[in-house]
Amino acid sequence: MTDVVMRAEEVHKRFGRLEVLKGVSLDVRQRETVCIIGPSGSGKTTFIRCINHLEKVDGGRITVNGQLIGYRQKGDKLVEDSEKSIARQRTQIGMVFQRFNLFPHKTALENVIEAPIQVLGQSKEQATAEGIRLLTRVGLADKTDTYPGKLSGGQQQRVAIARSLAMKPALILFDEPTSALDPEVTGEVLSVMEELAHEGMTMIVVTHEMGFAREAADRVVMMDEGVIIEEGTPEHFFQAPEQERTKQFLSKIL
Amino acid sequence: MLAVVDWHVVWVRIAHPDHVFFLALTRTVYVAVIAQVIGVLLGVAAALMRMSKAAPMRLISGIYVWIFRGTPLLVQIFFVYYGANELLGFTLIPNSLGLGFFSLDGAIVGGILALGINEGAYMREIVRAGIDSIDKGQMEAAKSLGMRYGLAMRRIVLPQAARVIIPPLGNEFNNMLKNTSLLFAIGVYEMFADAEIGYSNSFQPVEYFLGVAFWYLVLTTVWTFIQAAIERKLAASERGEELSFFERVQAVWNPVSAWRSAR
Repeated sequence: MTDVVMRAEEVHKRFGRLEVLKGVSLDVRQRETVCIIGPSGSGKTTFIRCINHLEKVDGGRITVNGQLIGYRQKGDKLVEDSEKSIARQRTQIGMVFQRFNLFPHKTALENVIEAPIQVLGQSKEQATAEGIRLLTRVGLADKTDTYPGKLSGGQQQRVAIARSLAMKPALILFDEPTSALDPEVTGEVLSVMEELAHEGMTMIVVTHEMGFAREAADRVVMMDEGVIIEEGTPEHFFQAPEQERTKQFLSKIL
Repeated sequence: MLAVVDWHVVWVRIAHPDHVFFLALTRTVYVAVIAQVIGVLLGVAAALMRMSKAAPMRLISGIYVWIFRGTPLLVQIFFVYYGANELLGFTLIPNSLGLGFFSLDGAIVGGILALGINEGAYMREIVRAGIDSIDKGQMEAAKSLGMRYGLAMRRIVLPQAARVIIPPLGNEFNNMLKNTSLLFAIGVYEMFADAEIGYSNSFQPVEYFLGVAFWYLVLTTVWTFIQAAIERKLAASERGEELSFFERVQAVWNPVSAWRSAR
């Protein structure tokens, strides 16, 4: 199993007294697209936020490309890693947020080239050429000099996807990327994501879009109350989900 | 009553200021500018310390604000100018500070420092409110792109916070322009000192203080216009309709905004 990009082992997370993740284990292999579904409060967003250490885990471990995320082994204990090495690890893990989180004081292109220049140390020319290529790829070649405030939600989210692609990550995490969008523009974002999936990007997508799951996912994972309760191909979920909880959930969203 | 006033002197003080007055005005301006810059830098540093994970940092920031907002500015000015060297045991405030082609008198250096340190305590809250107003998602997005805290602050959060900070900062600078007059007390020859000395030679308080009040009003009004221009530039990329320069002036310059809102 050398092609595992992300491995989570028995991940636990508490917010105060509330245990949000109660031992989540998941492997995601190279070129794989995994959709995580589940009711709100099931811990799916928290889980992917743990993968790039936006949330600290309280137990278990997460590795990306074999590297322990956020922690260092010290004897038989794990201690939190330095800010510097956490930042370095994050360069391999892209993240697309529900609310886009574009930098409003920068144009679409500036959003895309900011981290390649400031973090990876690319030259402005190199980053700009690549940035224009990526914005073209997401269908926004004519919006390079537009500020996020003048873009629709769907356009903003596509810029956000280009921004995370610019770091050439090994893995991209999508946190409900279409939940904040008007229904008529979710399609343009999903089709960009489908293309990425077909081109072999490794992706973990928290979503309720079962159409996307059917089209692009290799595997679907159902979470409920902080654990993974069912896992399988999209077909499995459409045809014969086993768990009662899964059936209930799917009947609500389909 | 009005006949007692020598209107010719008032006119001269307003319309034909002499060279000495002009130097004093220049001094008022650069003292205010340098002190404000120091205040902003200290304010940013203190705000970041206030938000630090390290408790001692937060404590230092807290004590700083507590002391400098809790004691009179005039006392601070005297304390820094007369007391700092003795307290520190080394010369923080020299008798004269040579800066190549020109030199600053020690009182000016001490005065600038005192005004700047005092201003930093007020700026801290303004900067902190500005940073707090920026959506947490901005820092998260920056971090998820591999940016470290300092870089994310400098490139992503602070430039956005600046827009929130600029309007109250403008008001702070307006106060600063006027507070420089306190430096008269430690012998800085600024605008108010010039007026005070003119008054004590002539015993014409109305003429001299009216004259200098006029010039303070000129400075603060010019600043109002500069502030409007800065805010307009910062708003350029903001969402929504853009105000023209004159609309902004109308919004910030009191006589016009008061006149318009009455209708």
